[in-house]
Amino acid sequence: MTQEASQETPPETVPEEAAAARQFLISPGPHLWKGLSVSGIMYLVVYALLLPAGAGVYFFGQRALSVMGVSIGVAILTEYLCKKLRGQPFVMDGSTIVTGLLLALVLPPTIALWMVALGSIFAIAVVKEAFGGLGHNIFNPALAARAFMSVSFPMEMTTWVKPMGFGADAVTCASPLSGTSIWQPYDPSTYRALFLGNTAGSIGETSALLIIIGGAILLARGIINWRIPAIYIGVVALLALGFGEDPLFHILAGGLMLGAFFMATDYVTSPLTNRGKIIFAVGLGLLTMIIRRFAGMPEGVCYSILFMNAITPLIDRYTKLKPYGLQKKVAHAS
Amino acid sequence: MAIRLRKKGSPYGVRVPESKLSEKMPIEAAPLPEKVVIPLQQNIGAPCQALVKKGDKVLTGQKIGDSDKFVSAPIHATLSGEVSGTTTVVNPPTGALVEALVITSDGEDKWTELSPPRNPEKLSVKETLERIREAGLVGLGGAAFPTHIKLSPPKGKEIDTVILNGCECEPYVTSDHRMMLEYGEPVLSGLKVISRVLSPKAVYIAIEDNKEDAIDHMEKLVAKLGFTDFKIAPLKSKYPMGAEKTLIEMILGREVPIGGLPLDVGVVVHNVSTAKAVHDAVIEGKPLVERVVTVTGAVKNPKNLMTRFGTSLKSLIDYCGGMDERANKVILGGPMMGIAQFDLDFPAVKGTNSILVTESHPLREQDCISCGKCVEICPMRLMPTLLARYAKAGRYDDCQDNYIDDCFECGACTFTCPANIPLVQYIKIAKKELAKRKAGK
Repeated sequence: MTQEASQETPPETVPEEAAAARQFLISPGPHLWKGLSVSGIMYLVVYALLLPAGAGVYFFGQRALSVMGVSIGVAILTEYLCKKLRGQPFVMDGSTIVTGLLLALVLPPTIALWMVALGSIFAIAVVKEAFGGLGHNIFNPALAARAFMSVSFPMEMTTWVKPMGFGADAVTCASPLSGTSIWQPYDPSTYRALFLGNTAGSIGETSALLIIIGGAILLARGIINWRIPAIYIGVVALLALGFGEDPLFHILAGGLMLGAFFMATDYVTSPLTNRGKIIFAVGLGLLTMIIRRFAGMPEGVCYSILFMNAITPLIDRYTKLKPYGLQKKVAHAS
Repeated sequence: MAIRLRKKGSPYGVRVPESKLSEKMPIEAAPLPEKVVIPLQQNIGAPCQALVKKGDKVLTGQKIGDSDKFVSAPIHATLSGEVSGTTTVVNPPTGALVEALVITSDGEDKWTELSPPRNPEKLSVKETLERIREAGLVGLGGAAFPTHIKLSPPKGKEIDTVILNGCECEPYVTSDHRMMLEYGEPVLSGLKVISRVLSPKAVYIAIEDNKEDAIDHMEKLVAKLGFTDFKIAPLKSKYPMGAEKTLIEMILGREVPIGGLPLDVGVVVHNVSTAKAVHDAVIEGKPLVERVVTVTGAVKNPKNLMTRFGTSLKSLIDYCGGMDERANKVILGGPMMGIAQFDLDFPAVKGTNSILVTESHPLREQDCISCGKCVEICPMRLMPTLLARYAKAGRYDDCQDNYIDDCFECGACTFTCPANIPLVQYIKIAKKELAKRKAGK
């Protein structure tokens, strides 16, 4: 939209003095910009994600590093190829790194690397680029890829190991959420493990503490809106209470924390207005608890976010703001 | 004692870097130029017809252009000398060509005889409005709407509130700020005239809190002059606080209907520089020939200059020590709503509150990532990203259905957009297309 008012050769009628004069840029206002770009936002998200990613490396060692490396590397490569195919410029705007990293964080540490690569290709090529690239995708690419992998590799996607760090052997065990149909007996050590992340689970989902710190950074920088994580987590806690289960356990276990702070807040796939965000978050909480309580799978964060992604355009349609001055009600002080 | 209201802030709008480089610089008179170029249209509404021709001698303050149209304001010579010719200039907001008179100075600045009223208190409303019109007053906040019309509400519209707008929420601009500090008494005297004309129930003086000194000063002056019906309304600085619609909502909790005017909700808003001009016109009988122009940004010495209309931008910039080597943009007005100029021979006119020199580089427009920032900050609670999307696709009816007329083009959305989408520009295009369509029907 910007255009320069420069002329290559000034017309002859212009006096010499004016021809030698400086030429100025003409562009529409505003002539100031806040300075926070799309890639700036994306890299901030990457930095915030490094906290749960760090926890993943601490607890799951070399495996975690490999999964992240493959996931991010393949994502960037896929993006590059897609852009080439579509004849568009490839820009490292950071969103691909966010997708690659997020995908790695929601995978079990023992997953085969070729499966990771396949998931990463699916996320970028099918979920993101096939819909038109950043800003046009309907579903969160990382989560859609995770759903795809859960369907394709059901065994590998539900094999969990105890944290082993570097060097130790992986010992398989059940995910903490597998047994949540019953009220968990209060045990401070369970909470501590779930809070710090010293428990079985996906690479980046175990440490609630570091996810909260990362989320708090994004909240403080105004990158994410508090409504989605706060209401999502709040609704889950309330429903857990309603079901007679342990709310704290439901909040800390599984993918809720990572999902609430880093996935449900994805700009592209969440509603525009605050009212829309509230509806979106309430829907997430309801669906998550319905899946956790009644479905034949232990975790519901991934599918509930994908479902709510799908109805985001509908939410946007019905939650438009009431513009200033719409009602011609005149409140005359008389 | 003056009444000071509790400070209010808006949840909408954006925080902008203030960059008020010239806020401590006292107003000084710009040197009188050798010639002035005076466009015959300096207001919203009809252009004026020239009342003088080439070769005529004119005095400072002599009426040289007028129109018999309703929405118009006459134009005066801003120097004494000779009308040396006519030229055409580009009228900045519309891009339309306007005829302009060139006056060559005789170096004496001889004024026409002023006719201050013997007893200003006794002037009738009609006489007051006539004096305001004859003095060529337009809104000096930037919109340049003829003042006497704003002061003549149509029958059936009762004005219960007058707001004096001293917000000056645009970054860099300090002309109103200095005006309040240095010409506080004439400003309040002008406001008194305005309130005599409209006889409202309440008068507010709205000032943003980045001008604490002006708030204190105006409060003291109100007490000193005994204008105790004027209430001081401090506001938290946030762009676009100084927009009429925002201001009315902030202070009174009223919303101007979409497509309506402040007077539809019983309010008239006047800028502080306009109030000073009202004082000059009504109390001193002096026509509008000069105003304070902030010359700022990438100039050596940013200043606030009392400037005769028709002075070229170039001479004002030169008087401030010239512009920086790297500067590539000259803006009339502030950086948010101001208009970029390509010709420095263009004159400062009634609506010129600031000349801003900056360095600027075009940004690449990306696809919308639906971050919702523009929706969050829009002072009119519109959905800028949606409007821009419709406008881009030529779906102007959808723009209309989504209340595009409510937008007053503050540009806060474009300022905040991480994808560098020129949202407000798309909105302006759609509005223009809709207006064209309406005119075609």
